[in-house]
Amino acid sequence: MITVEFLGPIQKPVLSMEASSLHDVARMLKEDAQMGEWIESCAVAVNDTLVSSLDTLLKDGDRVSLLPPVCGG
Amino acid sequence: MLELYDGPLNVPEILTRWYAEEVDSNYGAYIPFVGTVREEGGIQGLSFDVYEPILKSWFDGWVTKVAPSGATLKMAHSRGDVLVHESSYIAAVFSPKRRVALETIDQFVEDFKASAPIWKYDLVNAERIYARDRSTPISGAGILGT
Repeated sequence: MITVEFLGPIQKPVLSMEASSLHDVARMLKEDAQMGEWIESCAVAVNDTLVSSLDTLLKDGDRVSLLPPVCGG
Repeated sequence: MLELYDGPLNVPEILTRWYAEEVDSNYGAYIPFVGTVREEGGIQGLSFDVYEPILKSWFDGWVTKVAPSGATLKMAHSRGDVLVHESSYIAAVFSPKRRVALETIDQFVEDFKASAPIWKYDLVNAERIYARDRSTPISGAGILGT
């Protein structure tokens, strides 16, 4: 089981799901109507490290974070 | 050094303290950048969410990157509400020579705007409205949509 958390303005509670890679997470989120506007603009981190490939493997207990567009300062 | 505060920054205290911390470090240049909330578009202020673990790794990466040039970085940022004419962001570079500090502060602040995991909201009529049109997708964003 992994968890998916949604940071900043995405108003969505943490999800728990079975996933062996980010492909599984992407599949699940694409089916979520609430995610539609965010899918194309979010960066993804696994255990607080940004990743750049859906091939990223996941193991039990991993924490996936979605980071929407940023604007500090 | 990365400092996070709830609410607006105490700019004089932070700038003075950072100066005192480094005054004997033999740096020739101290260049701070202070970001202050401007009155525009009818906002009462701005509000910020910060994701600290990734902000810290991003900041530590910059500290490592500038170390060979002899520079040191310090940064302070607000969480929560910061009203008009208050300040939410200070970045500062100390370096032996001015050119390194001038170039570093420019690159650091630009990368901060594009990469630091901080989300900005306008405060309008007691509502917190995500500043989506002023926000930038982090490099590599969108992989879930591919």
